Amino acid sequence: MSLGILCSRIRVEEKLLFAELDRRGVQYERIDDGDLIFDLQRTTFPFDVVLERSISFGRSLYALQVLEARGVACINRADVVAICGDKLRTTEALIRSGVPTPRTLLAFTTESALEAIERLGYPAVLKPVVGSWGRMITRINDRDAAEAVLEQLDVLGSWQQHVYYIQEHIAKPGRDIRAFVVGDEPICAIYRYSDHWITNTARGGRAENCPVDGAVGDLALRAAQAVGGGVLAIDLLETSDGRLLVNEVNHTMEFRNSIDTTGVNIPARIVDYVVAEQRTKNRAHRG
Amino acid sequence: MNCPECDATLTLDADLIEGEIVPCADCGAELEVIATQPLALALAPEIEEDWGE
Repeated sequence: MSLGILCSRIRVEEKLLFAELDRRGVQYERIDDGDLIFDLQRTTFPFDVVLERSISFGRSLYALQVLEARGVACINRADVVAICGDKLRTTEALIRSGVPTPRTLLAFTTESALEAIERLGYPAVLKPVVGSWGRMITRINDRDAAEAVLEQLDVLGSWQQHVYYIQEHIAKPGRDIRAFVVGDEPICAIYRYSDHWITNTARGGRAENCPVDGAVGDLALRAAQAVGGGVLAIDLLETSDGRLLVNEVNHTMEFRNSIDTTGVNIPARIVDYVVAEQRTKNRAHRG
Repeated sequence: MNCPECDATLTLDADLIEGEIVPCADCGAELEVIATQPLALALAPEIEEDWGE
């Protein structure tokens, strides 16, 4: 059964995955999303299983839909990527499954967004529905800031930035938690410490091991299941009164800072999952 | 191999693969490996709105 790795830029994570596949002698081919041309009249695709590692939400979303329509088993599935790549859809999926998440309001005009921000109270957090690495996430501390940010988005933003996703601000204890889930198992987690309120390691957050047994692992697994499951990274927030909330779920997770920190060989666990998926597909193929 | 942006001499790993991003230590430009045999580098594309994890 042939395995393809859909990717664009080769990050540290992709190199680690390639190295793990090579170490095990697993045959695979890189599929560069920049070179892809799908002939939509063709009903087949020369791979049975594809691991999606594209850096682009748009490319992966559409590529996976085309692949799945041609019988390719994708990790993660297109519906999972569609949910995780859009913060509104993630929030909706979490709420439907009873997974605790920060209170979130949605509005479509600067006037209604301002009213929504005031309804939540200051500070509030304004996020683009599509985006990653902590970019364009704004903590709004007062009405002056709200009016300024909303006006800038109204004038300069794309249509997607006119979808105002407004969240209650959680006073984190100087850290948040990222938990990694592969299939039905929360495999490890890290605390991400930062002096800044945005704690992404992409923005300089410092990683420390976080025990994944107990509440963190349980909630991470529930969040992963809420969005459809697969290979996922779940970002959790700790509230001042001791609750855990799910902030977001990442479908093409970066993990370079979490292997040594946790002692868990994350790329090996991902490859385990991919190989198992190949076997499942193979058995189904043989009927 | 020199940086296509600032012409500084680059110190590069031997195991570079196509698609990998390497920074120029002198000017900070992100360079993409567009071929390995022979090695060819170009300025990496700017980050797009939908990029991430």
